[in-house]
Amino acid sequence: MFPRIPMLNYDVVVIGGGPAGMAAAIRAKELGLKVLLLDENDYLGGILPQCIHPGFGLHYFREELTGPEFASRLAKRLVELGVQYKTASRVLEITNYSDLEKVVIFTSPSGAYQAWTKAIIYTAGARERHAFEIGIIGDRVSGIYTAGEAQTLMDIYGILPGKDVVIVGSGDVGLIMARRFALEGAKVKAVIELMPYPGGLARNVMILRDFNIPLYLSHKVVEVRGKGRVERVKVMKVDENLREIPGSEFWIDADTLVVSAGLVPSVKKLKRIGVEIDPSTGGPVVNDRLETNVPGIFVAGNSLLINDLVDYVAEQGELAAEGAREFIENGGIESRKWVKVEKGENVRLLAPHYLSGDKDVYLYLRVAKPMENAELRIPEVGKEIKLPVVKPAEMLRLSLKAEEIKKAGETLTVEVVKV
Amino acid sequence: MKAKVAIIGAGISGASIARVLSRYENLEVHLIEKAPDVGWGVSKANTALIHGGYDDDPERYPTRAKLCIKGNRLWHQWVKELEIPHVWNGALIVALKDEDFEELERLLERGHRNGVPEMRIVDKDEVFHLEPNLTRKAIGALWVPIVGQIGPIPAVIAIVENAVANGVKTHLGTEVVGIKIENGEVKGVETNNGFIEADVVINAAGLHADEIAKMAGIDYFEIHPRKGEYWLFDDDVPGPRRVLFPTPTPISKGIVVTTEVSGHLMIGPNAQDLPPKEKENLATTREGLENVWEGAKKLWPQLPPRSKVIRTFAGLRPEPTGGDFIIKAEEEAWGFINVAGIRSPGLTSAPAIAYEVAGIIQRELGINLEKKSKWNPYRREISHFFMMTPEQVNEAIKRNPAYGKIVCRCNNVSEGDILEAIERMKFIGVKTPSVDSVKFRTKATTGTCQGSFCRPKIIQLLAREYSVEPWKVTLKGMGSEVGIGDVKSILRRDA
Repeated sequence: MFPRIPMLNYDVVVIGGGPAGMAAAIRAKELGLKVLLLDENDYLGGILPQCIHPGFGLHYFREELTGPEFASRLAKRLVELGVQYKTASRVLEITNYSDLEKVVIFTSPSGAYQAWTKAIIYTAGARERHAFEIGIIGDRVSGIYTAGEAQTLMDIYGILPGKDVVIVGSGDVGLIMARRFALEGAKVKAVIELMPYPGGLARNVMILRDFNIPLYLSHKVVEVRGKGRVERVKVMKVDENLREIPGSEFWIDADTLVVSAGLVPSVKKLKRIGVEIDPSTGGPVVNDRLETNVPGIFVAGNSLLINDLVDYVAEQGELAAEGAREFIENGGIESRKWVKVEKGENVRLLAPHYLSGDKDVYLYLRVAKPMENAELRIPEVGKEIKLPVVKPAEMLRLSLKAEEIKKAGETLTVEVVKV
Repeated sequence: MKAKVAIIGAGISGASIARVLSRYENLEVHLIEKAPDVGWGVSKANTALIHGGYDDDPERYPTRAKLCIKGNRLWHQWVKELEIPHVWNGALIVALKDEDFEELERLLERGHRNGVPEMRIVDKDEVFHLEPNLTRKAIGALWVPIVGQIGPIPAVIAIVENAVANGVKTHLGTEVVGIKIENGEVKGVETNNGFIEADVVINAAGLHADEIAKMAGIDYFEIHPRKGEYWLFDDDVPGPRRVLFPTPTPISKGIVVTTEVSGHLMIGPNAQDLPPKEKENLATTREGLENVWEGAKKLWPQLPPRSKVIRTFAGLRPEPTGGDFIIKAEEEAWGFINVAGIRSPGLTSAPAIAYEVAGIIQRELGINLEKKSKWNPYRREISHFFMMTPEQVNEAIKRNPAYGKIVCRCNNVSEGDILEAIERMKFIGVKTPSVDSVKFRTKATTGTCQGSFCRPKIIQLLAREYSVEPWKVTLKGMGSEVGIGDVKSILRRDA
C-alpha cells in the first residue's frame, strides 16, 4: 500500500516554509513536538524573499521590516531552535491513514521519502490568478506576467521584464509592482482596476500619487495584441454591474502586462483527502484551532484565507501549532458543541468558521463593499464596534473573548452595517 | 550517389516524411524549418484527434478519404514505436433530434466506403453507457471506436528525434526565401542561412505552402487560413471519456468536447475564414470563444465556471483551393513535390502522407529507393517524474539528484525532466532557448498556475544550459524574449 521508500517519523509535518509554516514549525518545536518543515523552493521564506519593500512586521515584531528581513528573523529562530527543515522538497501526496497516522510523501534532491506523522500543518500559500482566468483574449505572447512572477524575475533573478508596463488590478501586489517597475526606470502607463475603488491598502494606493501613475477605476483589460511580445492592450470601461460598456474601448501601447488579479489558496492536495473548502475564502473550513474537518490537519496563512499582512499569517501559524500540540496530547481535538460563525450583512468571507468558547480567538474577515461610518455587530453577544471606514481591501481582525463566545447559542452572526 | 532531399516545414507532415525517407540508404534528407523548434505551426494548435475516416467524401476529397483511414491505422503502430502520448478512446457523433440519424446513416455509409472498421449507430441506452455524463438530450450516436487522441507537438518532436537518429539533418530557424530551378529541374533552396542543395524539394510548408510553391513557379492553388479557437480547463474539471462530436451540419463538423491526452477538458473549435494575408493571426476573439462555449454546452451541459479556465488558444488550418490535400510531383519543376493544404484530417493522415510521398519519389521521380540495412524504428520518450512511482524516483535520483527536485508544481515536472528535454532540443538542433520548447516536451507551465511559479526557474535552466543571459531566453522564439535586460539596465541607459 505504501511505497518502498525511506520512512521518517514525526509528530508534525509542516508543509510550506513561508511565514506561516516557519512560525508554525518554531512554535511546534517550542511546544516540544518533533517537527519537520518542508519547502519546495531552494530557500525558506515563501514569497517574502522577493518582497524587498518595507511594511512587514509592525504587529508581529513591533518594528517595520522588509520581506527578506522578516523571513530572516523567523529563519534565524528556526535554526537556533534546531527545527529540522528540508528545502527543494515537494510534497507529492498526503494520505490520512488514521487520525494519528498520516503519511506525507515528498521528493527532494536526496530522495523521495514517506514521513509518518500525527498531525499536519498545511501552509502552502496561494497562487495568483492569471490572464486566461480573468478572460483576457488576443495573442499569447511574451510580456504577460503575474505580479508575483514579475517580482520573482526582478528580485530573485535580476531580470527586468519590460519598460512600458500596464498593471491589471490595484491590489497590494499590483501596486507594489507598479512602484518596483517605476523605481527601475520603467514607465508604468496605467493601473487598471475593475472595481469602482482601489483594491490595495491605503498606504499602497499612495504609490500611484508618489510615482504619478494613472489609475483607471471601473475599467478592465480585455485584449492583448502583439507579435512575439506584447505591443498594446485594449482597455474598456465597465458599468456598475461590471459589464463592459460598448464603445468605451481604448488601446494603451505597452510591452508588458502585469496581472495582479487576486490570489487563490493552494488547497488541491487537501481537497483530495476530503478537506471541506469554503467557497468564499477558497480555503478550508476550520475551527478555532485552525483544524480542518479532517482531524489533525491544520491550516494557516494564505492557504486558509488570503491575508494582507504577514503578521497575521505568522500568528495563524503559531495558532495551528498550538492546535497540533493539543491534538497530539489528547489524541484529537475534543468534540464539543461548536458555535458556528455566520456571515451577516456586508461580510464577504471570514475564518475560523467554528468556535469552541473555551479560548479567546481572532476572527479574520473581509467586507463585500466599502462603507463609511460602519459598525461591526455580533447581535447574539451584543458586540458593537464602530469603524470609520471599511474596505474589501483591508482584512478586519476581530478579537473575541471566550466569555463573549459562550454567550452565543448555536450560531454567532457577524455583520457590518451603516450606522 | 545519394539523392539530396530538402523538406520545407517541420510540422507533422514534414516530420513524418523525414522519418519515412530516413529509411533509405540512397537519400540524404534535410528538414528545414523557419521556427526555432519543430511542430510550432499548424501542428501546434488543433483538436489533436486521430480521426476515424468516415467524414471525408471520397468523391469530393479522394485523397483525404484515402489517407485518413490509412493514417489512423499507421498511428496505432507509430505511437508505440515512438512512445507518443496517446489514448484510443473512440468517438461519439451525437444525435440530439430524429433528423440527425439521417446524417449519421450517411456518415456510416461513407465510413464503410472508406474502409472504416467497427463503426455503428448506438441507441439511447448504449450512448449513456459509453458516455454517462453526456447531455440528457442525446437520443443516440454514431460510435467510432478507432478514433483516438495524441499530443500533436509531442508527436512531431518524437518523429523528428527518430528521423535525426536515423541520419536526417535539421535546419531549424531557417527560412526558405527561394527555390533554385535550372532547366526545369530543382537544384536546391535558398534560405536566410545559405543555400541548401537538393535534387528533390518537398513543400510541406503548411499555411505558407502556396508561397513556397510560387517560388517554384507553381500558382494553381492558394492556402487560406481558417481559425479555430479552443478553451482548456483545469485538470480537476470532469471531462468526457470519449471524443464527442455533434452531428455535423453542411457547414461544420461542429464543436468537439474531449478530455485531451493530458487529462484536461477541452472544447473547440469554431471555424472562421480569415483573409489570405492573415497567416499569423492566432489571436483569440470574444465572439469565437463564446460560439465555442455555446456549442460545447449542447453536448456537455455541465461546463465549469469561467474561473476553471486555464487557457484559451487559437490555431489556423491551411485550407487549400478545392478543399482536398494536394500531394503531387509538379511537372513544371522536376523534383518539386507539393504536400499542401494539409488541413483536417492532416494530423491523422500524416504517416500515410509520408508513405505516399515516398511512393511518388520512387514511381514518378524514378529514384529507386534502397532500404538501409540498419534503421531504428524506435525512439524513447524522455523521463517524466509524474509517471514514476516513488521507488522509480529514488532510482532516478541516484543517477542525478535533479530528478528529485520539482520545478513545475502543478504537473510534477522535475529539474531532471527539464534537463533531458534541453538535451533533446539540442539533439535535433534547436538553437534558440525557448520556454515553449521545454513546455511541449515536459508539460511544465501547462497546469493550474500556467507557469507563474516555474517559468522563472525554467528560464534559469535554459540560460545556464544554452550559456545565454537569462533575459535573452525566449518564450517562443526570437522577438519573444522574457526580459529586456538585467534589472538595472534602464537606469544604466542600455535598454
